[in-house]
Order: sequence, then C-alpha cells, then structure tokens
Amino acid sequence: MNSNNKSYHDIPGTTVFDGEMARKGFHLNQFCMSLMKAVNREAFKQNERAYLDQYPMSEEQKQAVLDRNFTQLIALGGNIYYLVKISSADGLSVAAAVSTMTNLSTEEYLDMMRQGGRPPEGNRYPKEQQ
Amino acid sequence: MANIHAGLGTSHIPLLGRIIDIGDSAKPDWTPVFSGFEFTKQWIQKQAPDVIILVYNDHATTFDMKFIPTFAIGCAEEFKPADEGYGARPVPIVKGAPELAWHLTEQLILNGFDMTVVNEMDVDHGLTVPLSMVFGQVEKWPCRVIPLAVNTVVYPAPTGERCLALGKALRKAIEQFPAELNVQVWGTGGMSHQLLGERAGLINQPWDISFMDRLKDNATELAKISQEQYIRESGTEGSEMVMWLIMRGALNRVKEVHRHYHVPVSNTALGHIIFEEEELP
Repeated sequence: MNSNNKSYHDIPGTTVFDGEMARKGFHLNQFCMSLMKAVNREAFKQNERAYLDQYPMSEEQKQAVLDRNFTQLIALGGNIYYLVKISSADGLSVAAAVSTMTNLSTEEYLDMMRQGGRPPEGNRYPKEQQ
Repeated sequence: MANIHAGLGTSHIPLLGRIIDIGDSAKPDWTPVFSGFEFTKQWIQKQAPDVIILVYNDHATTFDMKFIPTFAIGCAEEFKPADEGYGARPVPIVKGAPELAWHLTEQLILNGFDMTVVNEMDVDHGLTVPLSMVFGQVEKWPCRVIPLAVNTVVYPAPTGERCLALGKALRKAIEQFPAELNVQVWGTGGMSHQLLGERAGLINQPWDISFMDRLKDNATELAKISQEQYIRESGTEGSEMVMWLIMRGALNRVKEVHRHYHVPVSNTALGHIIFEEEELP
C-alpha cells in the first residue's frame, strides 16, 4: 500500500512502486536481482533460509519470500520485475506468479485474460467498488 | 546528412520472443498475433534503415536498484542479449552506432536533456523482442541499433510532455549528423497491462484504441496524460506508453500506414503502429 498522502494511493488493488516503496524494498529487490545468476539460484535452492540471511532484509520480508507470498512482498517494497526472478527460479510463468495476487486461480486468471482481461469499469476508484 | 522519415510503435512482450525462439510463431494459435507483423516485415525491407534508435525500458536486467537513470543512451559498439534468469535469448548481438550515439548525446545534453551515457550493457526483451517481431529470426540484425532506455519501473517515469520534447530534440540532433544515414525511431512497451495486486490483468481496450487514434494528430494532448491517469485507466505498466511519444516527437506530419491490436498476449494488450512522414507539398 502507498501512503494515503499520495494522490494514487486510492487506486484499487494497486501499489505504485515509488520512492517510499523502493526504500522499504531495497535489500529485498537486490536479493531478487542476485537470482539472475545460475550459481546463486542453485545456492538459494539448496538452502533458502541461509541464502536469505546473507541479505539485510527484515524478518517479514524473508518469511514472505519463503512463503512465496507475492501480495505481502509487494506490500514490503518488492517490485514485480524483481519478484518474478523468484518465480522464474521456481519455473513459474509470470502469469502464474501474477495470478496469486488476485482472487482468482491461475486457470481462472488466464481465462479472464482470454476473455479480454479485467475491465477498467469498477476498478478505477474505490467508490466504484462500494 | 542523416534523416528520419518513419517510425513505429510496438509492445515488447517477452512471451513473444520465446515463441519466436522456439519456432512456434507460425502455429495457428499465434496467427492472430504474428499476422499483424507480416506487413511490417515487408515494409522494413523497403525502408532499409541504417540505424534504429530503439526506445525501451529495462526490466531490472541491466539497471537494478543501484542506478536508476531516467533517460540512458547506449553508446557502445555492441550490446549482448541479456540473460534474464533462464539463459540469454538465441538472437544476434546488437551492433551499436557509437559515433551517432555520441553525437546525439552531446546535442541532447546541450539542448537540455541530460542523458546518462552507458558504455557497457546487456539488452533485455524490451529491446530484442521488437527487433524479432519486425525482422524475424535472422543470422544478424540488418541494421545498427542505439538503445535508448527510459525508466518506467520506478515512479515517477518521465512525463509525456518531456518524452514528446525528447523526440523532437532527437530529430534535430539526427538532422545535424553529417553522414548520410536513414534513421528510424521506435517506441516500445505497453499497451494496457498490470502485473501486480488484486487488480492484475487490467486491460482497457477503448483507452488503447483511443491512444492509437490520437497519436498521429493529437500527440500534444496525449502528452498531458499523467502517470497516475495511465495507471488508473490502463494499469501500472500501461504508463510505458510515454515511450511511444518519444517516437512520435521525432516525426513531423505523418500518415498511419499500418496498425495492429490484439488482446491478450499473456497479461498484456499488444499494440503496433507504423508512421511514415508525409511528403511536404
């Protein structure tokens, strides 16, 4: 979630990756970046906890990585382009990773996309959702 | 003197690079996507550009959270396709145009656009997928490429107005280069998509179509769209569309010679447009 003094904080189901999120997530995102190297992916898979402990991340962030909780990772300052490096290391498609943040299963999400995606109607402002 | 007569806009969806690389682009499932580039493949042969200035965004590949340049220009001799976590794409090395790139950098900075110079970088799907969509599978890319990377990952991205103005400044700088070169500017990214949160999967077709409709004659109006508006209307990643405005800014009066739009490709609305400059009367 963005702070409520930001004009974009009310966009439903959306976190804008701004400076505040970037500060919060710096070490988390740099950890994700390390997974670009095969040798690091291997080390991570061998012992995820030990690998994470090399990074000065918060305990909450480490746990969210272990849980593959993408919603929580976004809330803790993760950026999606960084986070998908974790799901890629797991062999998941971007769509599969993305779908876990919605209230749909991966199959339902893909089906929604095939039908033309999530419509903007009702999804621009919170008042539309009441 | 170098000159510019044409440009194009296209999405740069990573899945399509993969489909091309594994040789599946001719499969019937993918016809609705790739058929929209058949015209483009013929067109580019006739155009035969010497250099493409390819505007794209890096996706946490070359730039991580250590350095976040708003506008970066690749001045190297060559750029390798990046390993984005599952091996580099099997596509040719991208040859740069360092002499032109440095000339553009100097002119742009002297005209108020403080470019970040990059002398060594790998290029990700944002740059290589458009090349593959237009040129197909080739032994080597038929022209040189100057990567122009725009930050659209960390808020705020440069404004639409700034991007349109950068395109105009680019054109001026291109026309001041003494060598006879046919230069194109490509704007990539978009169209509507959102890759995060409960609202992931957002697609706004009327918004995308309206953007393409207005790009030819009403780009100054499009340039006023704020990043917040892009996000609200067309998803967090929908704001990549400012990169198409750099392309548009680099061209004078144009005619639209081709357009293609398809939903969905994985999480994204695919858009593609080609502009040629109208001959002066």
